[in-house]
Amino acid sequence: MNILYFAWLRERIGIGEEAVSPPDTIQTVTQLMDWLSQRSAGHAAAFADRKLIRAAIDQIHSNHSLPITGAKEIAFFPPVTGGLA
Amino acid sequence: MTPDIRVQREDFDQGHELSKFSARNPLSGAICSFTGQMRDFQGHDRATGKIITAMELDHYPGMAERQLQDLTREAQQRWPLDDICIVHRFGVLKPTEAIVFVATASAHRGDAFAACEFLMDWLKTKAPFWKKETGPGGTQWVEAKESDESRAERWQSRS
Repeated sequence: MNILYFAWLRERIGIGEEAVSPPDTIQTVTQLMDWLSQRSAGHAAAFADRKLIRAAIDQIHSNHSLPITGAKEIAFFPPVTGGLA
Repeated sequence: MTPDIRVQREDFDQGHELSKFSARNPLSGAICSFTGQMRDFQGHDRATGKIITAMELDHYPGMAERQLQDLTREAQQRWPLDDICIVHRFGVLKPTEAIVFVATASAHRGDAFAACEFLMDWLKTKAPFWKKETGPGGTQWVEAKESDESRAERWQSRS
């Protein structure tokens, strides 16, 4: 599956996108974050505070308890701040 | 009419957008629009005193368009609308440039006003855009405001 990072998550991890193949035991967004955290110190720093992280499974906002089975693209990002100031 | 949704790097002229939108909806009695623009900080933010020299918007291509489309569908289910236009920028923004433009067309002003406000409130909490400010101390990501969440949430209990 393809993992995307935006805003400060991308900066902490150092890349905006990576293809990964987590084992079958990784079934939810939370478990995926735990698994990704082990990839580098940057990943661990980016995923340290889960309250600040939002996820989208195949471009749909998804909470951390949802299953990732069959997902092609999972994105992680901070709460959105578009619109105007 | 199929909503006109654009996510773009280029600046746009809000007056021109509004004229085009009115022209393509000659049967609508009520046209309501909202523009969010980058404030001209003239060195510092009026509210926080922070010095801001540049602003940049990161976005999630693909999902941004999709979320805006979902929002327009939701608005069309809640109010009898003839048409919707949303233009949202990304990339580097200069002071006084428009960031976002939302317009609604309907037979009556109540529905046009309500839908326009709803779209802006929901866009702020759902559309995947992230602001980054640059000042003398460096660059930092803008944090989401709880007041934006509560403005969006008040629509949940309505209609």
